This record gives sequence, structure tokens and C-alpha cells, in this order.
Amino acid sequence: MSSIKIDHATASVEFNKDEAHVNWHDETLWFVRSKRDKAVFQIPEWEQLREAGSQIKNHVLSNMHDLLLEFEEKATANGITVHWATDAQEHNEIIYSIIKNEGVNRMVKSKSMLTEECHLNDFLKEKGVEVIDSDLGERIVQMRNESPSHIVLPAIHLKRSDVGETFHKHLGTEKGATDPQYLTEAARQHLRDTFLTRKVALTGVNFAIAETGGFVVCTNEGNADMGVHLADVHIACMGFEKIIPKAEHLGVFLRLLARSATGQPITTFSSHFHKPREGQKMHIIIVDNGRTKQLGRPDFRNSLKCIRCAACFNTCPVYRRSGGHSYHTAIAGPIGSILAPNLDMAQNADLPFASTLCGSCSNVCPVKIDIHEQLYKWRQVLVKEGHVPTFKKLGIQSMAGVLSSPSFFRMAGKLGRFLMKNTPFVVNNKLNVWYQQREMPDVPKESFREWYVLRGEKINEEEKKAL
Amino acid sequence: MSAREQILFNIKNNQPDYQELNANFKFESVYENLYEKFSEILNFVGGKALEVSSYQEIKDDVREHYQGVTNIATTIEELSALADFSLNISDPHELEMLNLAIIKGDFAVAENAAIWVSEKQLPHRALPMITQYLAIVIHKSDIVTNMHSAYERVKIDETGFGTFISGPSKTADIEQSLVIGAHGARGLVVYVLP
Repeated sequence: MSSIKIDHATASVEFNKDEAHVNWHDETLWFVRSKRDKAVFQIPEWEQLREAGSQIKNHVLSNMHDLLLEFEEKATANGITVHWATDAQEHNEIIYSIIKNEGVNRMVKSKSMLTEECHLNDFLKEKGVEVIDSDLGERIVQMRNESPSHIVLPAIHLKRSDVGETFHKHLGTEKGATDPQYLTEAARQHLRDTFLTRKVALTGVNFAIAETGGFVVCTNEGNADMGVHLADVHIACMGFEKIIPKAEHLGVFLRLLARSATGQPITTFSSHFHKPREGQKMHIIIVDNGRTKQLGRPDFRNSLKCIRCAACFNTCPVYRRSGGHSYHTAIAGPIGSILAPNLDMAQNADLPFASTLCGSCSNVCPVKIDIHEQLYKWRQVLVKEGHVPTFKKLGIQSMAGVLSSPSFFRMAGKLGRFLMKNTPFVVNNKLNVWYQQREMPDVPKESFREWYVLRGEKINEEEKKAL
Repeated sequence: MSAREQILFNIKNNQPDYQELNANFKFESVYENLYEKFSEILNFVGGKALEVSSYQEIKDDVREHYQGVTNIATTIEELSALADFSLNISDPHELEMLNLAIIKGDFAVAENAAIWVSEKQLPHRALPMITQYLAIVIHKSDIVTNMHSAYERVKIDETGFGTFISGPSKTADIEQSLVIGAHGARGLVVYVLP
């Protein structure tokens, strides 16, 4: 997990070097988006469902304090130990102390983006604790010492030959084997042994229910269940925004989640945990890590409504053509780009610019987060706070100068057309960033304004004749 | 201030003005035939529904389709003749040998082929995941339309654990190629009694 900071645009250039692979990445994610559409179109009340999801989450944001207290009380009564962590460090320390308390040094973990955000694996590794990720995609990237590139499809940046090579090295599968069935079977055997031998299992939380003091974990593989039902200790980690008021609200969210994510009507397992099984210990860690700050930003607090379906990733033309790793943050894509600047403005100042502001993300969001509007608002905050490169700032300033003076604009246009026509090398060179991925367009004979004025006169004359 | 106090203090200060939640978020789904919808969706998610008229028919089908298979367990008394593996164990790790588990489902949901099973039906939470193959028995009259009806019917904290199971376990993490049988059951048959 490298921590070298390369900005989104630079990383995207690297990702785009393998054109065939980028095309595959683009088409595959678009295919997932199409599956989403197919599933959604079968639900006539889909838009009302989104509105319901949005309203429930709006209520949650406004009643967060009381809902969390209610949840804590009920969960404690259910026999779950509730912990609170203000930041990643505290979150990691709590988990380490639970593991140490059990006298073990190994743990199995199902998907939890929060633990990625907190860099839990690295922290535990340093303490001498081995963590095995049990989601197939996460296991693949973990073996390769990479981070997930997508929150639902962690290994979507890899080809089957990459996975084959990784498994050959780590699991002893046949060299050159690329059959997904064969490779998945190898991972099944390897992870089954892990499930059977780990005493501590960690999961994320999709929804925590205040009314009942329980939580829901959704997986297709069954890895969360396999881990916790065979372990002595179950640790569940949640950002506090995962809380929902009532069990009946699960009806809304479970209808929205998988359809938005992969076009499935529901995930294979939607497991509801309320009490530890006999002899088991169950812990839940409620984490802040910047979320209270985001809650206090009126323009950006809506990002906390997110249910992590990744529909905004799959639909985003920039994500599809730049890959998740270009976003250098645990949660990539459009939603990640509005969450990350809250955590660290300077480190993530590039991300709100990794968008065309086309708005497709907001259109598919199952809880109606105004993602593209927040991207636009972040840009303004970032410029004001001085987190935008001088080059970009100067460019935008001179653009503003040109656009605000009609005569200057006309002159600049004329000059541009003249140069492009007579001295193309002035624009067709490496210094022009616009030219780097594109051919420059043919030079028009006249500007639109000139065309309009001339044509306007013609029309007027014709009209006069007609009179 | 403890972490708890600090987080709650910051939340109280930063959360927006209270927004009432009084709307009714229950939508009705209309299907001509609940069983057919359920069966169609189950097929779509990689499982198979079989209409049967009696437990005897289930027995016959299991004997035919799992010929020679050992380590079969069931929670259903009427099917106990099929079982050669006792669930009367204390350590769920022993379930690792299990090839087929036949369990009862509480009820099913037509819109997504999900079947609710809880500790009322499960002597061990790991049972429906750890078994190589899973069969669930439901009654036709226990199929509801959608998830709203499902949550009207189920009290989720009645037991310590319950789960909606929709199809066999699966993954598409390698190049988006669907593979049935990730970590949980490799196959799911749902027997539907009248």
C-alpha cells in the first residue's frame, strides 16, 4: 500500500497507457451500470424508493445524537459491547486490544471500507497481527500488496491473467491458469481453512438499527457469515452515519442497495446480528474520523447519507477511464471525491476536479446525494483555501479576463484561428495540455459570431424582399 | 472527555435542524402469481425452486439428486430418514464435513427470492453457509410480495441472528465472471410445499 502521492490526473495518464485495458475497464463498469438500469426498471416505484431512502437519511443526519444513544442502549442490552473511536488511531487501538485480550495474533476480516480508511491492516501488521481479507476481490488485492480500486468490486482493475499469476505465486495454482471457476475454487479452499482456524473475525456494517440495537451485514460470497459464526469474537466496525431508525426502514434500503450496486435484486446474504451466539463475544466500534466535521458542513453533510453501493463509480466517465487507484484514497469515484477533502483538504485537493460535472452520479444515487453539486462546491472551497496549483489558478483567471471582455474575446479568437492555420506548431506541441490526448480541430473559416452576423443580415434582406 | 462524550458532543453541535420522519415508506408490489415470481427470480440468482406435494416427494428428490452423497443433515423431523449427520453438536466447526443441509425457511420474498431463516430454524448460525449444498423447505402460502411486507412479518430481534438468503453464494470478483459457490453453499434448491 504505497503512500506516495501522485495526483489524479498524473495517475490517470499512467492508467491510460494500456489502451485495450482501459477500454475493457470502461466497458465492464458500464455493463454493471446497465445491469443496474435493468434491475431498476423492474421497480415502478423506484424514484419514490430513492426519495424514501433520501428522507430517512435526512432524518438520520438531523437526529444522529439521539439515534446513536438509542442504538447504544439497545445493543448493550443485547449483550454487544459498544466502543467509540474519535479517529483511525483509536479505532485501530481498540481492535488491537480486543485481539490481544484473546491471546491470538491472527484475524479474518470481511469487507469493511472503514478499516481501509483507517489503514487497519498496516497498523495490525506492525503489531505482529496477521489479517486475512476474506472477500475474494479483497484477498486478491491483498496478496498483490495493493488496495481495493472499487468499494464493491475491489479487483476490477485486474485481468484474469493477473489473478492467475497472483494465485500461482501465493496459492500454488497451475501456472498460466486463468479460468475464474478454477481460481475461485482455489481461493475457496484456502479461505475455508482460514475461516476454520481464526478466533477473531471482523466485519463492516451496512446498517445499524437504533430501534433494535442490531446491525445488518450484506455479502454475496457468505464470507462475513463464515468468519463470524466460526469465531469466538465478532468485531463490527461502523462509521456512525450507518445508523437507521427502525427495522422497517431496512425494507427501503435493502431494495435499493444491491440493485444500485450490481443489478441484483438483493445480495445473497443479508445477515441481521442482534446477540452474540452462546459463548461468543460481540463488539461494535462506532467511529467518527472526521464525520462530525462533515456533519457540520451544510454544503457537504449530505455525503454522509451514502450507503456505499458504488453506482456513482460505475456510471462515472472519469472513474471508468482513470481507475480507482488514481484517486489515492480508500473510497474512490465521485463519492470518494467529496468525502476525501473533508479528511485532508491539501492531500485530496485534486479529487473534486476529477469530474466532468455531468451529473450522472447524482442521477443514479439511491439516496439522492447531490454529488456533482458538491464536487463543484468543493472546487470553490479549495480555490479559496489556496489548495489549487498556481498554474490552474492563473489559467482560470486569464480565462475569466478573456471571457469578460467581448472585444478582447473576439481578438483572441481571431488570433487563435490565425495561429492554428498558419503556424500549427505553436499549438500542436507538448506544452499545450489540451493537445496531449487529442488532435486539434480543423480551423473554421469564421467564428460563430461572424457567421451569425453575416447570416443574420442575409436573412434580414430575404425577409425584406418577402415583404 | 471520553471518545464517546466527544463524538456525541460534536454531533449534537453539528447536526442539522431536526427533520421529522412521518411518511409511510411502504410500497406495494403486485404480482399475478407469487410463487412464479419467486421461482423466476430464484432462477435468476442461481437457485432452483421445486414444487412438491409432500415430504415424501422431497425425500425422493433428494435421494435421486444427491445419490451417494453422505454427510447430510436436516432440521426437519419429517426428513430425518435422509440424515446421516447429527446436528446435535456443540462446536460449529464440526459442520465443516457437511455436504448437504436441509432446513426450514420461515418465509420467502417474491421480488428477490430471499428466504428468511433465523435461530428459530437454525441450531447453528453457520449451518446454511458452511454446508456444501443447501436445500430450504418453505410453504407456498409463506411467500410475501416484497421487502416491505417481509419486515412487517418478521421481528428481526426475536432471536440473536437471522438472515435473508437469496440463491447460492457467488462472486464475480475475477473479471466480472460469475462463479457460483464462493464461500457459502455451492447450490440452493428450494422445495415449496402447498
